[in-house]
Amino acid sequence: MKTVRLTIDLDRPGQTPSRDGFGHALVEEGRRDPQLVVLGADISSSVRVDWFRDQFPDRFYSVGIAEQNLINIAAGLSLTGKVPFVSTYGVFLSGRAWDQIRTTVCYGQLNVKLGGAHGGISVGPDGATHQALEEIAIMRCLPHMTVVVPADAEETRKATLAVARMQGPAYVRFGREKVPDITVPETPFELGSGYCLRDGSDVAIVACGAMVFQALLAARTLTTTGIDAAVINLHTIKPIDEALILEAARKTGALVTAEEHQKMGGMGCAVLEVLARHHPVPVEMVGVNDTFGESGQPDELMSAYGLDAATIVAAARQVVERKKS
Amino acid sequence: MRFPYPQNLDAGSLAEHGIWLRQAIVDMVYQAKSGHPGGSLSAIDLLNVLYHQIMRYDPQHPDHPHRDRFVLSKGHCSPALYAILADCGFFDRNQLSGFRKFGSPLQGHPSRLALPGVEVSTGSLGQGLSVAAGMALGLLGLGPRVYCLMGDGEQQEGQIWEAAMFAAHYRLNNLCALLDHNDLQIDGSVSQVMNIEPIDAKWAAFGWNVLHVNGHDLDAIRGVFEDAESCTARPTVLIARTIKGKGVSYMENQAGWHGAAPNEAQYRQAMDELAGGAVS
Repeated sequence: MKTVRLTIDLDRPGQTPSRDGFGHALVEEGRRDPQLVVLGADISSSVRVDWFRDQFPDRFYSVGIAEQNLINIAAGLSLTGKVPFVSTYGVFLSGRAWDQIRTTVCYGQLNVKLGGAHGGISVGPDGATHQALEEIAIMRCLPHMTVVVPADAEETRKATLAVARMQGPAYVRFGREKVPDITVPETPFELGSGYCLRDGSDVAIVACGAMVFQALLAARTLTTTGIDAAVINLHTIKPIDEALILEAARKTGALVTAEEHQKMGGMGCAVLEVLARHHPVPVEMVGVNDTFGESGQPDELMSAYGLDAATIVAAARQVVERKKS
Repeated sequence: MRFPYPQNLDAGSLAEHGIWLRQAIVDMVYQAKSGHPGGSLSAIDLLNVLYHQIMRYDPQHPDHPHRDRFVLSKGHCSPALYAILADCGFFDRNQLSGFRKFGSPLQGHPSRLALPGVEVSTGSLGQGLSVAAGMALGLLGLGPRVYCLMGDGEQQEGQIWEAAMFAAHYRLNNLCALLDHNDLQIDGSVSQVMNIEPIDAKWAAFGWNVLHVNGHDLDAIRGVFEDAESCTARPTVLIARTIKGKGVSYMENQAGWHGAAPNEAQYRQAMDELAGGAVS
């Protein structure tokens, strides 16, 4: 499979919070496009919209803690020619205002961009109320919505710029913590196109977001046990890259999906939908097992909830066994 | 900037249009065998004045950037919106009989992608005022005004108050909300289902300029619209006392006519009553 070359040191990678990529992109695009506006919901520093606010105070609107209004104000602004970006924590953005996103934004096909912060269990000590584990599911089921889960800060920057420049509703999901820097500015990024980071023939690990790095670690471990694993970064959940998924399935005959999200309804399910229709193969899913999160340190939560390289390794070995039998 | 509308009809013409508009509402709901006549009939006088005497727009250029905008937050009263849009030339009147039918641009609740003149796809109550406020913010200081019609049952939606707070905070003096205060919703009177009073004090407390008007007095309605335009300090809400089902004797003040279609005999009676003279 066509593979993007990486120069990352898996043992000592650089680390940057994905939300920094979002914040930088807003400023960069804000310079390029005078129509870009940003709406804040009281947590401007946390979601990195304060950088835009400081550069372009006349194009930043504070809406307060009112997510339903937040979405529809953005909708109204989009109808006057602005390109509005809205950001708050994923649970509240996608959940509290789901009807507004569905009926005003998606049904109306309005040009509203959603930055879903604090995605995943790695949110940490805040606990379950703030750990968004369902946004992929409840956003991807909406017609006309684009859903992107970038793998690192640089990819979040590119995804934000891409989403700013396309027409229509879009949701970019990023986490709170530092994540390893996998990509570089030269790494290609195109909405709707995933890419292979490591070719392999026994099993394909299809991952998104923070799980992409875990997948690379897992692939390295699997080599020592004689399993040759491919790793795919499926950053765009919708529109999904069917061709890439099927290429991986045809080549390896076994898949592992890995996401920092409920297994139910998320990226893994989106992959299953493609395979079941065109090329069914055994699949093991790595994700949250239909439970809420809890308080803890990000790393210990990722391990406790099975969102790490070790779990991917076990899943890969299991699916390879299933393939053989 | 010159627009072909408003055409500033005189009182007599306005009243004649009012009869046609009510007949159009009853007719399209009858043809569709479903729809929301009660709240459409209570609101139509407000829209008659708004579209014929107040708003600046061009039906041939519904996307003109400097147009005034209208958002129907109580989206189920699409018959009222469709009637006034047809009356003012946004589309051909013969489309009205397609209301709610498969393939028709006149969707059950207004769709901005289906029909010219529909600014926002509404129907989920409580959402329209926020969109209107967002538009007003984007247009602030540029001239165009934004009007938004809400229901009184709709005041129970929390998002209305989020938008109200926002509009006052941003001093959106180009935003004018209309409240169709007919005192009825589906389960019964508003005060029985979930009391909203004192509704005017609530809006005033949220920082709005509050005006009251008889929602069926065309002359008085024009007056408050003009008063609203002259208020530069804050957004304005016009609380219109109205009668649900106004104009059709058996529908007036009946909760049951919120979302029901007349049968043939009822339809004939309604059309005859309306043809009988101007609604007073």
